[in-house]
Amino acid sequence: MTESAEMSDRISIIVPTGMLGGGVSRAQVQYGLRRGASAIAVDSGSTDSGPAYLARGVSKMNRESIKRDLQILMAEAHRAKIPLLVGTCGTSGTDSGVDWTRDIALEVATELGIGPKIVCLYSEQKADELIRKNSRGEITPLPPLGPISDADLKSCEHIVALMGPEPYIAALQAGADIVLGGRTTDTAVLAAVPLMRGAGVAQAWHAAKIAECGGLCTVNPSLGGVLMHVGRDAFEIEPLDIDNQCSPETLSAHLLYENSDPFTLTEPGGVLDASDAEYRWVDNRITRVTGSRWTPKPYTMKLEGARGGDFQTIMFIGIEDPEVLANLDEFHDLMQKTLTGRIRKTFGDEAVRFDVSLRIYGWNGTSGRPVPRGTVPPRDVGVMFVVTAPTQDLANRMAKACNPYFFHTPLRPGIEMPSYAFPFTPAEIPRGQVYEFVLNHVVHTSDAFELVRSVSVDPARANKGALDA
Amino acid sequence: MPKLSDICRHVRSKNAGPFWVTVDLFFDGEENFRRYHDTPALSPQVFARLFGTNPDLVRRIPVDNLHVVKISYPRPHPQGWMQERDMHAGQQFARLLDLEVD
Repeated sequence: MTESAEMSDRISIIVPTGMLGGGVSRAQVQYGLRRGASAIAVDSGSTDSGPAYLARGVSKMNRESIKRDLQILMAEAHRAKIPLLVGTCGTSGTDSGVDWTRDIALEVATELGIGPKIVCLYSEQKADELIRKNSRGEITPLPPLGPISDADLKSCEHIVALMGPEPYIAALQAGADIVLGGRTTDTAVLAAVPLMRGAGVAQAWHAAKIAECGGLCTVNPSLGGVLMHVGRDAFEIEPLDIDNQCSPETLSAHLLYENSDPFTLTEPGGVLDASDAEYRWVDNRITRVTGSRWTPKPYTMKLEGARGGDFQTIMFIGIEDPEVLANLDEFHDLMQKTLTGRIRKTFGDEAVRFDVSLRIYGWNGTSGRPVPRGTVPPRDVGVMFVVTAPTQDLANRMAKACNPYFFHTPLRPGIEMPSYAFPFTPAEIPRGQVYEFVLNHVVHTSDAFELVRSVSVDPARANKGALDA
Repeated sequence: MPKLSDICRHVRSKNAGPFWVTVDLFFDGEENFRRYHDTPALSPQVFARLFGTNPDLVRRIPVDNLHVVKISYPRPHPQGWMQERDMHAGQQFARLLDLEVD
Protein backbone atom coordinates (compact mmCIF):
# COMPACT_ATOMS: atom_id res chain seq x y z
CA MET A 1 0.00 0.00 0.00
CA THR A 2 1.28 3.46 -0.82
CA GLU A 3 1.75 6.00 1.92
CA SER A 4 -1.05 8.21 0.65
CA ALA A 5 -3.47 5.30 0.23
CA GLU A 6 -3.10 4.50 3.95
CA MET A 7 -4.53 7.89 4.77
CA SER A 8 -7.22 7.99 2.08
CA ASP A 9 -10.54 9.68 2.94
CA ARG A 10 -9.06 10.97 6.15
CA ILE A 11 -11.33 12.52 8.78
CA SER A 12 -9.81 15.19 10.99
CA ILE A 13 -10.97 15.98 14.53
CA ILE A 14 -9.87 18.87 16.73
CA VAL A 15 -9.14 17.82 20.32
CA PRO A 16 -8.59 21.26 21.84
CA THR A 17 -7.78 20.13 25.39
CA GLY A 18 -7.63 17.02 27.51
CA MET A 19 -10.49 18.25 29.65
CA LEU A 20 -13.13 20.87 28.99
CA GLY A 21 -12.48 23.81 31.28
CA GLY A 22 -8.73 23.25 31.13
CA GLY A 23 -8.40 26.22 28.79
CA VAL A 24 -8.71 26.14 25.00
CA SER A 25 -7.09 28.47 22.49
CA ARG A 26 -9.19 30.08 19.77
CA ALA A 27 -6.11 30.37 17.54
CA GLN A 28 -5.46 26.64 17.90
CA VAL A 29 -9.05 25.74 17.06
CA GLN A 30 -8.86 27.99 13.99
CA TYR A 31 -5.61 26.30 12.97
CA GLY A 32 -7.39 22.93 13.16
CA LEU A 33 -10.25 24.27 11.05
CA ARG A 34 -7.83 25.48 8.37
CA ARG A 35 -6.37 21.97 8.38
CA GLY A 36 -9.77 20.61 7.39
CA ALA A 37 -11.26 19.43 10.68
CA SER A 38 -14.80 18.08 10.44
CA ALA A 39 -15.63 18.12 14.17
CA ILE A 40 -14.47 19.32 17.57
CA ALA A 41 -14.53 16.65 20.27
CA VAL A 42 -13.58 17.01 23.90
CA ASP A 43 -13.77 15.03 27.10
CA SER A 44 -15.14 16.75 30.19
CA GLY A 45 -14.68 14.00 32.72
CA SER A 46 -12.35 12.02 34.89
CA THR A 47 -12.37 9.59 37.80
CA ASP A 48 -8.82 10.68 38.58
CA SER A 49 -9.61 13.12 41.31
CA GLY A 50 -11.45 10.57 43.35
CA PRO A 51 -15.00 9.38 44.06
CA ALA A 52 -16.35 12.62 45.58
CA TYR A 53 -17.48 14.07 42.23
CA LEU A 54 -19.47 11.02 41.20
CA ALA A 55 -20.94 10.49 44.67
CA ARG A 56 -22.03 14.13 44.89
CA GLY A 57 -22.89 14.57 41.22
CA VAL A 58 -21.05 17.89 41.01
CA SER A 59 -18.32 19.15 38.71
CA LYS A 60 -14.68 19.47 39.65
CA MET A 61 -14.25 22.27 37.13
CA ASN A 62 -15.86 25.58 38.01
CA ARG A 63 -18.65 27.01 35.91
CA GLU A 64 -16.63 29.96 34.63
CA SER A 65 -13.87 27.79 33.13
CA ILE A 66 -16.41 25.52 31.40
CA LYS A 67 -18.25 28.55 30.05
CA ARG A 68 -15.08 30.21 28.78
CA ASP A 69 -14.08 27.08 26.82
CA LEU A 70 -17.61 26.58 25.48
CA GLN A 71 -17.72 30.21 24.30
CA ILE A 72 -14.72 29.56 22.05
CA LEU A 73 -15.67 26.06 20.91
CA MET A 74 -19.35 26.84 20.22
CA ALA A 75 -18.52 30.03 18.33
CA GLU A 76 -15.89 28.37 16.14
CA ALA A 77 -17.96 25.23 15.52
CA HIS A 78 -20.93 27.38 14.52
CA ARG A 79 -18.83 29.54 12.19
CA ALA A 80 -17.28 26.48 10.52
CA LYS A 81 -20.62 24.59 10.47
CA ILE A 82 -19.13 21.53 12.15
CA PRO A 83 -20.41 19.62 15.18
CA LEU A 84 -19.14 19.89 18.74
CA LEU A 85 -19.11 16.77 20.92
CA VAL A 86 -18.56 16.84 24.68
CA GLY A 87 -18.15 13.58 26.60
CA THR A 88 -18.67 12.91 30.31
CA CYS A 89 -20.17 16.29 31.13
CA GLY A 90 -19.69 17.61 34.66
CA THR A 91 -16.64 15.47 35.57
CA SER A 92 -18.49 12.25 36.41
CA GLY A 93 -21.14 12.22 33.66
CA THR A 94 -24.18 12.00 35.94
CA ASP A 95 -27.52 13.28 34.66
CA SER A 96 -26.97 16.37 36.82
CA GLY A 97 -23.59 16.93 35.14
CA VAL A 98 -25.20 16.83 31.69
CA ASP A 99 -27.96 19.25 32.72
CA TRP A 100 -25.44 21.60 34.34
CA THR A 101 -23.37 21.68 31.14
CA ARG A 102 -26.51 22.05 29.00
CA ASP A 103 -27.55 25.13 30.92
CA ILE A 104 -24.11 26.68 30.46
CA ALA A 105 -24.25 25.88 26.75
CA LEU A 106 -27.70 27.48 26.44
CA GLU A 107 -26.41 30.61 28.14
CA VAL A 108 -23.45 30.75 25.77
CA ALA A 109 -25.74 30.22 22.75
CA THR A 110 -27.89 33.15 23.82
CA GLU A 111 -24.87 35.37 24.32
CA LEU A 112 -23.50 34.39 20.92
CA GLY A 113 -26.90 34.88 19.30
CA ILE A 114 -26.95 31.38 17.84
CA GLY A 115 -29.49 28.58 18.07
CA PRO A 116 -27.66 25.28 17.73
CA LYS A 117 -29.54 21.99 17.89
CA ILE A 118 -28.36 20.44 21.16
CA VAL A 119 -28.83 16.78 22.02
CA CYS A 120 -28.16 15.47 25.54
CA LEU A 121 -27.22 11.83 26.12
CA TYR A 122 -27.88 10.42 29.58
CA SER A 123 -26.36 7.21 30.92
CA GLU A 124 -27.00 7.38 34.65
CA GLN A 125 -28.55 4.13 35.89
CA LYS A 126 -31.09 3.24 38.53
CA ALA A 127 -29.94 0.68 41.09
CA ASP A 128 -33.19 -1.30 40.76
CA GLU A 129 -32.72 -1.83 37.04
CA LEU A 130 -29.14 -2.97 37.58
CA ILE A 131 -30.26 -5.30 40.36
CA ARG A 132 -32.59 -6.94 37.84
CA LYS A 133 -29.74 -7.24 35.36
CA ASN A 134 -27.46 -8.61 38.07
CA SER A 135 -30.02 -11.30 38.93
CA ARG A 136 -29.95 -12.37 35.29
CA GLY A 137 -26.15 -12.64 35.35
CA GLU A 138 -25.70 -9.61 33.10
CA ILE A 139 -23.22 -7.83 35.36
CA THR A 140 -19.73 -9.24 35.63
CA PRO A 141 -16.86 -8.04 37.82
CA LEU A 142 -13.46 -6.85 36.66
CA PRO A 143 -10.44 -7.67 38.83
CA PRO A 144 -9.70 -7.03 41.64
CA LEU A 145 -13.39 -6.94 42.63
CA GLY A 146 -15.80 -9.86 42.91
CA PRO A 147 -19.54 -10.15 42.21
CA ILE A 148 -21.61 -7.13 43.20
CA SER A 149 -24.36 -7.41 45.81
CA ASP A 150 -27.77 -5.78 45.64
CA ALA A 151 -26.90 -3.88 48.82
CA ASP A 152 -23.76 -2.44 47.21
CA LEU A 153 -25.74 -1.31 44.16
CA LYS A 154 -28.37 0.30 46.38
CA SER A 155 -25.73 2.05 48.49
CA CYS A 156 -24.45 4.11 45.54
CA GLU A 157 -25.40 7.77 45.36
CA HIS A 158 -24.93 7.67 41.59
CA ILE A 159 -24.20 4.92 39.07
CA VAL A 160 -23.20 5.71 35.51
CA ALA A 161 -22.59 3.44 32.51
CA LEU A 162 -19.80 4.36 30.10
CA MET A 163 -21.25 5.02 26.66
CA GLY A 164 -19.65 4.11 23.37
CA PRO A 165 -19.71 6.24 20.22
CA GLU A 166 -23.03 4.97 18.83
CA PRO A 167 -25.38 7.37 20.68
CA TYR A 168 -23.23 10.31 19.53
CA ILE A 169 -23.35 9.07 15.95
CA ALA A 170 -27.15 8.66 16.13
CA ALA A 171 -27.51 12.19 17.51
CA LEU A 172 -25.34 13.66 14.76
CA GLN A 173 -27.19 11.74 12.07
CA ALA A 174 -30.42 13.18 13.43
CA GLY A 175 -29.02 16.64 12.87
CA ALA A 176 -27.42 17.64 16.18
CA ASP A 177 -24.96 20.52 16.13
CA ILE A 178 -23.85 19.94 19.70
CA VAL A 179 -23.94 16.64 21.58
CA LEU A 180 -23.53 16.77 25.35
CA GLY A 181 -22.93 13.31 26.72
CA GLY A 182 -23.07 11.78 30.17
CA ARG A 183 -20.43 9.26 31.16
CA THR A 184 -18.63 8.07 28.05
CA THR A 185 -15.33 6.33 27.52
CA ASP A 186 -12.65 8.98 26.98
CA THR A 187 -11.99 7.53 23.54
CA ALA A 188 -15.57 7.09 22.28
CA VAL A 189 -16.37 10.80 22.11
CA LEU A 190 -13.25 11.42 19.98
CA ALA A 191 -13.71 8.34 17.79
CA ALA A 192 -17.42 8.95 17.05
CA VAL A 193 -17.16 11.19 14.00
CA PRO A 194 -14.34 9.23 12.29
CA LEU A 195 -16.34 6.03 12.82
CA MET A 196 -19.52 7.67 11.50
CA ARG A 197 -17.71 8.87 8.39
CA GLY A 198 -16.22 5.47 7.57
CA ALA A 199 -12.63 5.85 8.73
CA GLY A 200 -10.71 2.76 9.82
CA VAL A 201 -12.25 1.37 13.01
CA ALA A 202 -9.00 0.36 14.74
CA GLN A 203 -7.43 3.60 13.55
CA ALA A 204 -10.24 5.72 14.98
CA TRP A 205 -10.06 4.06 18.40
CA HIS A 206 -6.28 4.08 18.56
CA ALA A 207 -6.07 7.73 17.49
CA ALA A 208 -8.66 8.61 20.12
CA LYS A 209 -6.75 6.74 22.80
CA ILE A 210 -3.63 8.76 22.05
CA ALA A 211 -5.47 12.09 21.77
CA GLU A 212 -7.70 11.62 24.82
CA CYS A 213 -5.57 13.84 27.07
CA GLY A 214 -5.09 16.54 24.43
CA GLY A 215 -1.51 17.75 24.34
CA LEU A 216 -0.25 15.19 26.83
CA CYS A 217 0.88 13.04 23.88
CA THR A 218 3.05 15.86 22.51
CA VAL A 219 6.65 16.85 23.17
CA ASN A 220 5.47 19.98 25.02
CA PRO A 221 2.11 19.31 26.71
CA SER A 222 1.84 22.94 27.86
CA LEU A 223 1.22 23.99 24.25
CA GLY A 224 -2.42 22.95 24.05
CA GLY A 225 -4.35 20.39 22.03
CA VAL A 226 -3.98 18.08 19.06
CA LEU A 227 -5.57 17.19 15.76
CA MET A 228 -6.42 13.59 14.85
CA HIS A 229 -6.32 12.68 11.16
CA VAL A 230 -7.91 9.24 10.76
CA GLY A 231 -7.58 7.37 7.47
CA ARG A 232 -8.60 3.90 6.37
CA ASP A 233 -5.39 2.10 7.32
CA ALA A 234 -3.40 4.66 9.26
CA PHE A 235 -3.85 7.73 11.39
CA GLU A 236 -1.78 10.78 12.18
CA ILE A 237 -1.61 13.01 15.23
CA GLU A 238 -0.63 16.62 14.76
CA PRO A 239 -0.17 19.24 17.48
CA LEU A 240 -2.43 22.31 17.24
CA ASP A 241 0.53 24.55 18.05
CA ILE A 242 2.95 25.18 15.21
CA ASP A 243 5.92 25.00 17.61
CA ASN A 244 4.96 21.65 19.13
CA GLN A 245 5.65 18.10 17.95
CA CYS A 246 4.00 14.69 18.15
CA SER A 247 6.92 12.27 17.98
CA PRO A 248 6.82 8.48 17.55
CA GLU A 249 8.03 8.20 21.13
CA THR A 250 5.56 10.63 22.72
CA LEU A 251 2.63 8.99 20.92
CA SER A 252 3.56 5.40 21.75
CA ALA A 253 4.48 6.36 25.32
CA HIS A 254 1.02 7.84 25.84
CA LEU A 255 -0.50 4.36 25.77
CA LEU A 256 1.42 3.68 28.98
CA TYR A 257 -0.16 6.59 30.78
CA GLU A 258 -2.82 5.66 33.35
CA ASN A 259 -3.35 2.32 31.61
CA SER A 260 -2.76 -0.93 33.39
CA ASP A 261 -2.12 -2.56 29.99
CA PRO A 262 -0.14 -0.61 27.37
CA PHE A 263 -1.31 -2.58 24.33
CA THR A 264 -4.93 -3.60 24.71
CA LEU A 265 -7.89 -1.40 25.44
CA THR A 266 -11.37 -2.77 26.02
CA GLU A 267 -14.13 -0.54 24.69
CA PRO A 268 -17.92 -0.98 24.71
CA GLY A 269 -18.10 -2.99 21.46
CA GLY A 270 -14.66 -4.48 21.06
CA VAL A 271 -10.98 -4.50 21.91
CA LEU A 272 -8.18 -2.37 20.47
CA ASP A 273 -4.84 -4.12 20.08
CA ALA A 274 -1.89 -1.76 19.58
CA SER A 275 0.87 -4.29 20.19
CA ASP A 276 2.03 -4.34 16.56
CA ALA A 277 1.55 -0.65 15.90
CA GLU A 278 4.33 1.24 14.14
CA TYR A 279 4.99 4.91 14.68
CA ARG A 280 6.98 7.01 12.22
CA TRP A 281 7.52 10.67 11.44
CA VAL A 282 5.55 12.25 8.58
CA ASP A 283 7.42 15.52 8.96
CA ASN A 284 9.04 17.21 11.93
CA ARG A 285 5.70 17.80 13.73
CA ILE A 286 3.42 14.93 12.77
CA THR A 287 3.63 11.18 13.39
CA ARG A 288 1.76 8.48 11.48
CA VAL A 289 0.66 5.21 13.07
CA THR A 290 -0.09 1.93 11.29
CA GLY A 291 -0.74 -1.62 12.43
CA SER A 292 -3.59 -1.03 14.91
CA ARG A 293 -6.10 -3.88 15.20
CA TRP A 294 -9.71 -4.01 16.38
CA THR A 295 -11.68 -7.10 17.35
CA PRO A 296 -15.45 -6.66 17.72
CA LYS A 297 -16.94 -8.17 20.90
CA PRO A 298 -20.44 -8.44 22.36
CA TYR A 299 -21.54 -5.06 23.67
CA THR A 300 -20.63 -4.23 27.28
CA MET A 301 -20.65 -1.00 29.22
CA LYS A 302 -18.43 -0.38 32.22
CA LEU A 303 -20.21 0.80 35.34
CA GLU A 304 -18.98 3.35 37.83
CA GLY A 305 -20.64 3.90 41.17
CA ALA A 306 -19.75 5.84 44.28
CA ARG A 307 -21.21 6.24 47.72
CA GLY A 308 -20.73 8.41 50.76
CA GLY A 309 -19.38 6.97 53.98
CA ASP A 310 -18.20 8.38 57.28
CA PHE A 311 -17.08 11.93 58.03
CA GLN A 312 -13.67 13.39 58.85
CA THR A 313 -12.26 16.26 60.87
CA ILE A 314 -8.61 17.24 60.59
CA MET A 315 -6.04 19.18 62.63
CA PHE A 316 -2.46 20.12 61.83
CA ILE A 317 0.67 20.93 63.83
CA GLY A 318 4.30 21.74 63.04
CA ILE A 319 7.22 20.49 65.17
CA GLU A 320 10.82 21.75 65.30
CA ASP A 321 11.68 20.39 68.77
CA PRO A 322 14.89 18.37 68.15
CA GLU A 323 14.05 15.81 70.86
CA VAL A 324 10.78 14.94 69.14
CA LEU A 325 12.38 14.99 65.68
CA ALA A 326 15.03 12.52 66.84
CA ASN A 327 12.32 10.10 68.01
CA LEU A 328 9.49 10.49 65.50
CA ASP A 329 8.40 6.86 65.36
CA GLU A 330 8.19 6.71 69.14
CA PHE A 331 6.30 10.01 69.12
CA HIS A 332 3.85 8.74 66.50
CA ASP A 333 3.07 5.58 68.45
CA LEU A 334 2.69 7.49 71.72
CA MET A 335 0.37 10.03 70.13
CA GLN A 336 -1.69 7.31 68.42
CA LYS A 337 -2.18 5.50 71.72
CA THR A 338 -2.92 8.70 73.66
CA LEU A 339 -5.51 10.04 71.22
CA THR A 340 -7.24 6.72 70.68
CA GLY A 341 -7.44 6.22 74.44
CA ARG A 342 -8.77 9.74 74.93
CA ILE A 343 -11.60 9.14 72.46
CA ARG A 344 -12.53 5.76 73.97
CA LYS A 345 -12.58 7.25 77.47
CA THR A 346 -14.51 10.39 76.52
CA PHE A 347 -17.09 8.89 74.19
CA GLY A 348 -17.58 5.40 75.60
CA ASP A 349 -20.35 3.60 73.75
CA GLU A 350 -20.70 6.46 71.28
CA ALA A 351 -17.27 5.57 69.89
CA VAL A 352 -18.31 2.27 68.36
CA ARG A 353 -16.75 3.16 65.02
CA PHE A 354 -13.95 5.66 64.60
CA ASP A 355 -10.45 5.88 63.20
CA VAL A 356 -7.53 8.11 64.13
CA SER A 357 -4.81 8.48 61.50
CA LEU A 358 -1.62 10.49 62.14
CA ARG A 359 0.60 11.39 59.19
CA ILE A 360 4.02 12.88 59.88
CA TYR A 361 4.90 14.90 56.78
CA GLY A 362 8.64 15.39 56.46
CA TRP A 363 9.23 11.91 57.83
CA ASN A 364 6.89 9.27 56.34
CA GLY A 365 3.57 11.07 55.92
CA THR A 366 3.18 10.19 52.25
CA SER A 367 3.70 6.45 52.56
CA GLY A 368 3.05 5.72 56.24
CA ARG A 369 5.80 3.10 55.97
CA PRO A 370 8.77 2.55 58.32
CA VAL A 371 11.72 4.81 57.56
CA PRO A 372 15.06 3.04 56.86
CA ARG A 373 17.24 2.60 59.93
CA GLY A 374 19.81 5.39 60.31
CA THR A 375 17.74 8.03 58.46
CA VAL A 376 18.85 11.49 59.60
CA PRO A 377 16.05 13.31 61.50
CA PRO A 378 14.46 16.19 59.57
CA ARG A 379 14.57 19.80 60.83
CA ASP A 380 10.82 20.24 60.74
CA VAL A 381 7.77 18.06 60.35
CA GLY A 382 4.07 18.65 59.93
CA VAL A 383 1.67 16.23 61.62
CA MET A 384 -1.81 15.83 60.23
CA PHE A 385 -4.49 14.39 62.47
CA VAL A 386 -7.45 12.78 60.73
CA VAL A 387 -10.36 11.40 62.70
CA THR A 388 -13.12 9.51 60.90
CA ALA A 389 -16.53 8.93 62.51
CA PRO A 390 -20.13 8.20 61.42
CA THR A 391 -21.27 11.83 61.56
CA GLN A 392 -19.57 15.18 61.05
CA ASP A 393 -20.72 16.27 64.46
CA LEU A 394 -19.13 13.28 66.16
CA ALA A 395 -15.89 13.69 64.18
CA ASN A 396 -15.78 17.36 65.23
CA ARG A 397 -16.37 16.51 68.88
CA MET A 398 -13.71 13.80 68.78
CA ALA A 399 -11.21 16.26 67.32
CA LYS A 400 -12.06 18.78 70.02
CA ALA A 401 -11.55 16.12 72.68
CA CYS A 402 -8.15 15.27 71.19
CA ASN A 403 -7.14 18.87 70.69
CA PRO A 404 -5.27 19.50 74.00
CA TYR A 405 -3.51 16.14 73.78
CA PHE A 406 -2.52 16.54 70.14
CA PHE A 407 -1.02 19.95 70.86
CA HIS A 408 0.63 19.27 74.21
CA THR A 409 1.57 15.60 74.71
CA PRO A 410 5.24 15.40 75.80
CA LEU A 411 7.53 12.80 74.27
CA ARG A 412 8.17 11.26 77.70
CA PRO A 413 6.72 11.61 81.19
CA GLY A 414 8.41 14.29 83.27
CA ILE A 415 9.13 16.62 80.40
CA GLU A 416 7.61 20.08 80.81
CA MET A 417 4.38 20.38 78.82
CA PRO A 418 5.26 21.35 75.26
CA SER A 419 3.15 23.34 72.82
CA TYR A 420 3.43 22.23 69.24
CA ALA A 421 2.89 24.81 66.52
CA PHE A 422 -0.71 24.92 65.37
CA PRO A 423 -1.43 27.40 62.59
CA PHE A 424 -5.21 27.91 62.74
CA THR A 425 -7.87 28.80 65.24
CA PRO A 426 -10.26 27.14 65.66
CA ALA A 427 -7.79 24.33 65.19
CA GLU A 428 -10.15 21.59 64.06
CA ILE A 429 -11.35 21.66 60.44
CA PRO A 430 -14.49 19.72 59.43
CA ARG A 431 -13.37 18.06 56.20
CA GLY A 432 -16.63 16.47 55.11
CA GLN A 433 -17.61 13.02 53.99
CA VAL A 434 -15.43 10.15 52.85
CA TYR A 435 -16.54 8.88 49.44
CA GLU A 436 -15.68 5.57 47.85
CA PHE A 437 -15.87 3.93 44.46
CA VAL A 438 -17.98 0.81 44.66
CA LEU A 439 -18.19 -0.66 41.17
CA ASN A 440 -15.59 -2.10 38.83
CA HIS A 441 -18.00 -4.11 36.72
CA VAL A 442 -19.37 -4.33 33.22
CA VAL A 443 -22.99 -4.69 32.23
CA HIS A 444 -23.90 -6.70 29.16
CA THR A 445 -26.43 -4.92 26.96
CA SER A 446 -28.45 -5.86 23.90
CA ASP A 447 -26.96 -2.90 22.02
CA ALA A 448 -25.34 0.50 22.48
CA PHE A 449 -28.66 2.22 23.24
CA GLU A 450 -30.35 0.01 25.82
CA LEU A 451 -29.05 2.01 28.82
CA VAL A 452 -28.87 5.42 27.11
CA ARG A 453 -31.51 8.15 26.90
CA SER A 454 -31.23 10.76 24.17
CA VAL A 455 -33.04 14.09 24.61
CA SER A 456 -33.18 16.94 22.12
CA VAL A 457 -33.13 20.32 23.79
CA ASP A 458 -36.10 22.42 22.76
CA PRO A 459 -34.79 24.98 20.25
CA ALA A 460 -36.96 27.62 21.93
CA ARG A 461 -34.88 27.12 25.04
CA ALA A 462 -31.70 27.46 23.02
CA ASN A 463 -32.79 30.97 22.11
CA LYS A 464 -33.51 32.11 25.62
CA GLY A 465 -31.14 30.01 27.65
CA ALA A 466 -29.85 32.94 29.66
CA LEU A 467 -33.37 33.82 30.78
CA ASP A 468 -34.00 30.33 32.07
CA ALA A 469 -30.69 30.00 33.86
CA MET B 1 24.48 -4.44 42.77
CA PRO B 2 22.97 -1.36 41.14
CA LYS B 3 19.80 0.23 42.42
CA LEU B 4 16.74 0.63 40.23
CA SER B 5 17.39 4.37 40.14
CA ASP B 6 20.84 3.68 38.62
CA ILE B 7 19.51 1.74 35.64
CA CYS B 8 16.31 3.73 34.92
CA ARG B 9 16.22 7.24 33.52
CA HIS B 10 12.67 7.72 34.81
CA VAL B 11 10.30 5.86 37.11
CA ARG B 12 6.70 6.92 37.63
CA SER B 13 3.48 5.65 39.18
CA LYS B 14 -0.14 6.63 38.54
CA ASN B 15 -3.66 5.46 39.20
CA ALA B 16 -5.18 3.42 36.37
CA GLY B 17 -8.82 3.73 37.32
CA PRO B 18 -9.88 3.69 40.97
CA PHE B 19 -8.73 0.15 41.69
CA TRP B 20 -5.31 -0.17 40.03
CA VAL B 21 -1.91 1.48 40.16
CA THR B 22 0.48 1.29 37.26
CA VAL B 23 4.25 1.79 37.43
CA ASP B 24 6.32 2.64 34.37
CA LEU B 25 10.05 1.91 34.51
CA PHE B 26 11.89 3.72 31.70
CA PHE B 27 15.22 1.89 31.51
CA ASP B 28 18.30 3.89 30.67
CA GLY B 29 19.21 2.42 27.29
CA GLU B 30 18.64 -0.89 25.55
CA GLU B 31 21.38 -2.74 27.41
CA ASN B 32 19.90 -2.01 30.82
CA PHE B 33 16.44 -2.95 29.53
CA ARG B 34 17.64 -6.30 28.15
CA ARG B 35 19.65 -7.15 31.21
CA TYR B 36 17.18 -6.17 33.89
CA HIS B 37 13.66 -6.21 32.43
CA ASP B 38 12.86 -9.54 34.09
CA THR B 39 14.86 -9.03 37.28
CA PRO B 40 13.49 -10.94 40.28
CA ALA B 41 13.89 -7.73 42.27
CA LEU B 42 10.59 -6.64 40.69
CA SER B 43 8.69 -9.86 41.37
CA PRO B 44 5.03 -9.88 42.42
CA GLN B 45 6.18 -10.85 45.92
CA VAL B 46 8.25 -7.67 46.15
CA PHE B 47 5.21 -5.64 45.14
CA ALA B 48 3.14 -7.47 47.72
CA ARG B 49 5.70 -6.56 50.39
CA LEU B 50 6.07 -2.92 49.35
CA PHE B 51 2.47 -2.07 48.46
CA GLY B 52 0.36 -4.64 50.31
CA THR B 53 -1.11 -5.86 47.04
CA ASN B 54 -2.26 -9.34 46.00
CA PRO B 55 0.79 -10.89 44.24
CA ASP B 56 -1.43 -13.15 42.11
CA LEU B 57 -2.87 -10.10 40.32
CA VAL B 58 0.37 -8.19 39.67
CA ARG B 59 1.01 -7.86 35.93
CA ARG B 60 4.40 -7.14 34.36
CA ILE B 61 4.47 -6.12 30.69
CA PRO B 62 7.69 -5.23 28.82
CA VAL B 63 7.37 -2.59 26.09
CA ASP B 64 10.41 -3.33 23.96
CA ASN B 65 10.46 -0.34 21.63
CA LEU B 66 10.39 2.13 24.53
CA HIS B 67 12.72 0.11 26.81
CA VAL B 68 9.95 0.26 29.37
CA VAL B 69 8.61 -2.28 31.82
CA LYS B 70 5.08 -1.61 33.02
CA ILE B 71 3.98 -3.19 36.27
CA SER B 72 0.33 -2.88 37.30
CA TYR B 73 -1.09 -3.92 40.65
CA PRO B 74 -4.44 -3.58 42.42
CA ARG B 75 -4.60 -1.03 45.22
CA PRO B 76 -5.03 -2.69 48.61
CA HIS B 77 -7.87 -0.18 49.18
CA PRO B 78 -9.83 1.65 46.46
CA GLN B 79 -8.80 5.22 45.69
CA GLY B 80 -10.13 7.66 48.25
CA TRP B 81 -10.63 5.33 51.20
CA MET B 82 -10.62 6.59 54.77
CA GLN B 83 -6.83 6.46 55.21
CA GLU B 84 -5.93 7.52 51.67
CA ARG B 85 -2.60 9.33 51.48
CA ASP B 86 -1.94 9.38 47.73
CA MET B 87 -5.11 9.84 45.68
CA HIS B 88 -3.31 9.67 42.30
CA ALA B 89 -0.80 7.07 43.55
CA GLY B 90 1.74 9.41 41.98
CA GLN B 91 4.29 9.04 44.79
CA GLN B 92 4.17 5.26 45.07
CA PHE B 93 7.15 4.86 42.73
CA ALA B 94 9.53 6.36 45.31
CA ARG B 95 9.74 3.20 47.40
CA LEU B 96 11.03 1.30 44.35
CA LEU B 97 14.03 3.52 43.64
CA ASP B 98 16.40 1.94 46.16
CA LEU B 99 15.61 -1.66 45.20
CA GLU B 100 18.82 -3.52 44.37
CA VAL B 101 18.55 -5.34 41.07
CA ASP B 102 20.52 -8.30 39.74
